[in-house]
Amino acid sequence: MSKSYLDAGETHCAIGHPKSVFWQWMLTVDHKRIGLMYAAVIFTFFFVAVFIGLTMRIELFAPGAQILDGDTFNQAFTLHGVIMIFLFIIPGIPAVFGNIVMPLMIGAKDVSFPRLNWFTFWLYIFGALIALSSLWTGNGFADTGWTFYAPYSLNTNTNVLTTLVAAFVLGMASILTGLNFLVTIHRLRAPGMGFFKMPLFVWGIYATAWIQLLATPVVGITLVLAILEKVFGIGIFDPAKGGDPVLFEHLFWIYSHPAVYLMILPAFGIMSEIIPTFSRREIFGYRTIALSSASIAGIGYLVWGHHLFTSGMSDLAKTIFSFLTFFVAIPTGIKFYDWVATMYKGKIVLDSPMLWALGTMVTFIIGGLTGVTIAMIGSDIHLQDTYYSVAHFHYAILGGVVFLLFAGIHYWFPLMFGKMLNEKRAKLAFWINFIGFNMLWFPMFIAGYQGMPRRYFDYLPEFQIYHQISFFGAVIFISGLLYMFYNFFDSMKNGEPSGTNPWNATTLEWHLPSSPPPLENHTKVPYVDFNPYEYKHGQPVVKFDYETMQRID
Amino acid sequence: MSHEEHGHEYVPEIATSRDGKQYEVQGWQGDFYGGKLGFWLFMLTEVMMFGAMFLVLTYYFSLHHDDFIEASSDFNVFLGGTNTVVLLISALTMGLGLLKMKHGDIKGAKLMIYATMILAFAFLAIKGVEWTEDYHEGIFLGLNALQPGHPESKPLGEILFFGMYFTMTGLHGFHIIIGIGLMLWLLKRINAGKVSPHHYILYFNIALYWDLVHLVWVFVFPYFYMIGAGDISGVLNGH
Repeated sequence: MSKSYLDAGETHCAIGHPKSVFWQWMLTVDHKRIGLMYAAVIFTFFFVAVFIGLTMRIELFAPGAQILDGDTFNQAFTLHGVIMIFLFIIPGIPAVFGNIVMPLMIGAKDVSFPRLNWFTFWLYIFGALIALSSLWTGNGFADTGWTFYAPYSLNTNTNVLTTLVAAFVLGMASILTGLNFLVTIHRLRAPGMGFFKMPLFVWGIYATAWIQLLATPVVGITLVLAILEKVFGIGIFDPAKGGDPVLFEHLFWIYSHPAVYLMILPAFGIMSEIIPTFSRREIFGYRTIALSSASIAGIGYLVWGHHLFTSGMSDLAKTIFSFLTFFVAIPTGIKFYDWVATMYKGKIVLDSPMLWALGTMVTFIIGGLTGVTIAMIGSDIHLQDTYYSVAHFHYAILGGVVFLLFAGIHYWFPLMFGKMLNEKRAKLAFWINFIGFNMLWFPMFIAGYQGMPRRYFDYLPEFQIYHQISFFGAVIFISGLLYMFYNFFDSMKNGEPSGTNPWNATTLEWHLPSSPPPLENHTKVPYVDFNPYEYKHGQPVVKFDYETMQRID
Repeated sequence: MSHEEHGHEYVPEIATSRDGKQYEVQGWQGDFYGGKLGFWLFMLTEVMMFGAMFLVLTYYFSLHHDDFIEASSDFNVFLGGTNTVVLLISALTMGLGLLKMKHGDIKGAKLMIYATMILAFAFLAIKGVEWTEDYHEGIFLGLNALQPGHPESKPLGEILFFGMYFTMTGLHGFHIIIGIGLMLWLLKRINAGKVSPHHYILYFNIALYWDLVHLVWVFVFPYFYMIGAGDISGVLNGH
C-alpha cells in the first residue's frame, strides 16, 4: 500500500530531518499536516470557549447572581469572545481547509512559501499563548469585551495590555496566511486552470486572503496605538486627554467588520463545493458566485460604520453606511439563489455534508436577514447592544461559518483520513445540533426585541423564560457537539476505508492516487481543460488515470 | 522570501494536455515572480499600517489645528531635512547596487550595500541627536510635559502631536534597524553565493523594502516638520 502524508517520515521539515515522529510534526512544512495541526488547536480552543459560554448561560438561568459575580461575568464574555474570534474563527476555515484542501484543488504540491506557512502556524501558537497567559498574570483577564472599546479599555486595571499584544501577534499570523494563499493561487494553479476554472472554495479563500491582507494591518496598528496609550498615556483615544474614542471604534471596525466576511466567504466556498456534488449537477451561475465573493469582499470593506449608529456620527454618514450595508445582501442573495437553482432538478443525495449545508441555509438566512433589519438606522437604534444583535451574530457566524466548517469536516473527512464517517451517527448529531442551536439562539431575538441588553449578568424577571429556553437549548447543542466529535474520533480509528472519491465529486482534490493523499499530492500535475463541476446524467464527466493524470473519459 | 535549499537543481514538472501539448508546471521552488508578488503584498500591508496612522494624524490635525502647528514649529527642520536627503541618497545606492548585481558586478553591489548601511546608520544617528535634544527639553514619551493633567504639561493637542511623532518616527526607525539587519543578512548570502546575478530575489525584495522605508519618511517629514516651519503667525487661528 502506498504511503500517505500521515505516515512516519512522510514529510518535509523546516529545519533538518528529525527522526522522531513528534518533531516531524512540529517542524513539518507540509500544508496538509499544518492544516490538521491548526484543526487540533482551534477546536480545542472552540470547546474551551463553548464551556465558558455554558457557564454564562448557567449564570443567566435566573435573575440575580447565581455562580458568578458581575466582574467575573465581564471577564467570562471577554474570554469567550477573544477565544472564539481571534483564536477560533478568524484562523478557522482558511487555516484548516485553506491549508489542507486549497493546494490540492489547484493541483499544487504545496503553498508558495511552505516554510513561511510553518512559521505562521507557530506565530499563531505564540499569540495564543500570550492571550492565555493574561489569565494568570496581572489583575486577571480583560473585562472589556472582545472589542476593547476606548476609553474603558484604557482605564480598566485588568490585563488588557497582554490581550492587545496577543491580538496583534495573531493578526500578523492571519496576514501571513493570506499573503501565502494569494501568491499560491496566483502562481501555482495547474496549467490550463484559469481563474474561472478554479473550484469555488478557492475563490472564497482568494477573496478572504485579500481581506486578511488589507484589513488586518489597520486593526494591528490601532492595537499598537492603544498599547502605547496605555503605557505612555499620550491620549490618542482618551477623550479626557483630547483624543477621540469614536476614532478607535472606526479603526477597530475598519478591520473587524470585513473580518466577518473573512469568516463567511470561505464558508460559502464550502457550500459551493457541497451543493453541486450532492446534487450531481453542474453549479448554476459559476461566474456570479465567484464574482459575488469578490464583491462581498469589496463592499464589505466600506460598511464598518453601521457599528457606530449610536456612537455619534453625522446623519449623512449613517445613511451612506446603511445603504452600503444593504448592498452586501445582494451578492449574498445571488449566491443563495444560485445554490437553490443548482439543486433544482438535481439528483439530491442527503449525505451528512449535504444535510449540514442545507441546515446552514436555514440558519444563515435567519442570521443574514436579521442583519438587514439592524442595518436600518431606525431599527438599529432600538436593537443596538441587545440580545437581538447577539442572536443575529450567532445565527450568522455560528449557524453560518461554523456550521459550514462542520459541513466541510464531514465532506473532506475521507480525504483527510481515508476513512468514512459513520453516517448514521453523523446525521443524528446534525439533528441534535440543529434543534439545540435554534432553541439556544432563537429566544434571544424575542428577548432582545423586548429590550434585554447584551453583556448583563442580571436581568428583569420577565426575561427569565427566554434565558431558560436558551439554557436547555445550550445543553442539547453541546451534547450534539460532543456526540459529533466522538463520531469524528471513532471514525478516524474504526471507519470504513473510503477510497479516493467516495462522493463522486469532480474537483481535483478527489483525483489523488490514494486516500489519504501522499506527501506531494497528485502523482503528476494534470492539465486542466475542464470546468470544476462537470456532471452528465448524475455522473462526473472528467475521469483520470491517477498514475499519469491523463484524462481517460 | 524563503527558498528551500536543495542539494540538486529544481526541475519543473511537465503537464501534458489531451492534444499532446506540453506545459511547464510552476512549482513553489525557485519562483522568482512569486517571491516578488509575495513581497509586494507584504509592502501593501505596511502601506495600510502607516496609512492608518496618517489617518489618525490627519484627523487630530483637524481637531487641534493650532496646537499641531505650534508644536511642529519647535522642530529642527535642518536636521530633519538632512535626514530626508540622507535617506533619499540611500535609496539611490540601494537601487544602483541591485542594478550592479543584475549586471554581474558582485563587488560593486556589495560596495553599494555598505554605502546604504552607512547612510542608514547616519540617519539613525541624526534621529538620535534629535530625540536627545527633545528629551533634554523635556519632550519625550512618559515625561511630565507629555502627561495630560500634569502642572507642567503642554496643551492637549501638542501632547497628541508629540505622541504621534514619537510613535511614527519610532516605528519608522524600527524599520530602518530591521533594514540594516536585512542588509547584513544579504551580504552573508552574497558571500555564500546564494544571492547571485542569476538568483537575486532576496536582493530585489530587500531593495523594495528599503524603498518603502524611505517613501514613508517622505510623508512623515512634511507632516511633522513642515506644517510649522517658517513664519506661523499667519496660519494660526485661521482655521
